[in-house]
Amino acid sequence: MCDTCGCNITDGNRHLIEGDGKLAKTGDGREAVAVLQGLLHENDHQAAHNRHHFDSHGVLALNLMSAPGSGKTSLLEATIEALGEEFCIGVVEGDLETENDAERIRGKGVPAVQITTGSACHLDAHMVHHALHQLDLDQIDILFIENVGNLVCPASFDLGQHRNITLLSVTEGDDKPAKYPVMFRGADATLITKADLLAYLDDFDPQRAEDAVRALANRGPIQRLSAKTGQGLDAWLDWLRQEAKAQQQRLDQGDTARPKLQPEGRHLHAHGTHHGHHHHHHHD
Amino acid sequence: MHELSICYALMQQVESIAAREQAQRVTLIRLQIGPLAGVEPELLAQAFPMAAAGTCAAEAKLQLDTLPVRVQCEACGAETDAKPNRLLCGQCGDYRTRLLSGDEMLLASLELERPDDED
Repeated sequence: MCDTCGCNITDGNRHLIEGDGKLAKTGDGREAVAVLQGLLHENDHQAAHNRHHFDSHGVLALNLMSAPGSGKTSLLEATIEALGEEFCIGVVEGDLETENDAERIRGKGVPAVQITTGSACHLDAHMVHHALHQLDLDQIDILFIENVGNLVCPASFDLGQHRNITLLSVTEGDDKPAKYPVMFRGADATLITKADLLAYLDDFDPQRAEDAVRALANRGPIQRLSAKTGQGLDAWLDWLRQEAKAQQQRLDQGDTARPKLQPEGRHLHAHGTHHGHHHHHHHD
Repeated sequence: MHELSICYALMQQVESIAAREQAQRVTLIRLQIGPLAGVEPELLAQAFPMAAAGTCAAEAKLQLDTLPVRVQCEACGAETDAKPNRLLCGQCGDYRTRLLSGDEMLLASLELERPDDED
């Protein structure tokens, strides 16, 4: 199965891999081969390698996703200012064009690699792997991967990160989680950003935004903050500290983490229905 | 529009399986795409001929199956249907549910022709 997660095995298709024989003759003599492999098998394989790289260098990797202009880079700047002494931070920036964001981050004194995707609307595991060659992972405790601003495509590609963070700025509309369920369902933490502007907006109800995230069965923390005023930033910094600590504990136990685990995948792992590439990965 | 990249990834998989099975041609590709996969089946179908051109699956039929969005509630245990943006328990309304199906993005099976299948 998909070794990196096995997340595609559900009650609806399990019968395809259980029972005997993957091969069956169809009526007209052609052979049917059951595959049941994730469509992004290659990407997932590369992502597993990236995750292994992160783990072997003691790095916590976090994937930041949002619509363009939700304040990902501003949040990173504020985070680096607050935690720069505590942790060695590195950043991979994804944009279609320009070095602008990487330059902003470098301005804060931390290493940043810019990936320009050209016309691609998302980062994939291969692009991130390539960027990792330009970073000294031994000098990094927390690596932020700032994905291309897009609430659709980045949700489908595992990069090897340990956690997904999705930003929703208060200028966007509180029903966005309901409009982009795939993205917000997969968030390990949801940040409602630019909260300082709430005072000027009468059409964004943060509670409604939170309810829309919970309606996706998402149990992760939802935090309101402003990178500009620093309001609510402490809870975010504490979450980061906790995650960094949890990553250290996992590494001490030879363990790793993936964002948003599907329990069904773990069930299959336990029963050894692997094929294809094999990695040793544990999930929490 | 990431469906094209997904289609190219699919074709890589299809070609390597066809080679492994020593197939001459692939005649049918069956995919399972759940409503929560983040992939638009229609766009995938449009991108397919572009990605398949020149491969052993150039003439293959692409069949897309969709599984329903189903959740199981951790509070009351009920298994119910759900909507992609409303994954609450259909019985008690709790949000602590687990997705049973609906997020698949899978190459389910292939139908192949081997050289000795020719009649």
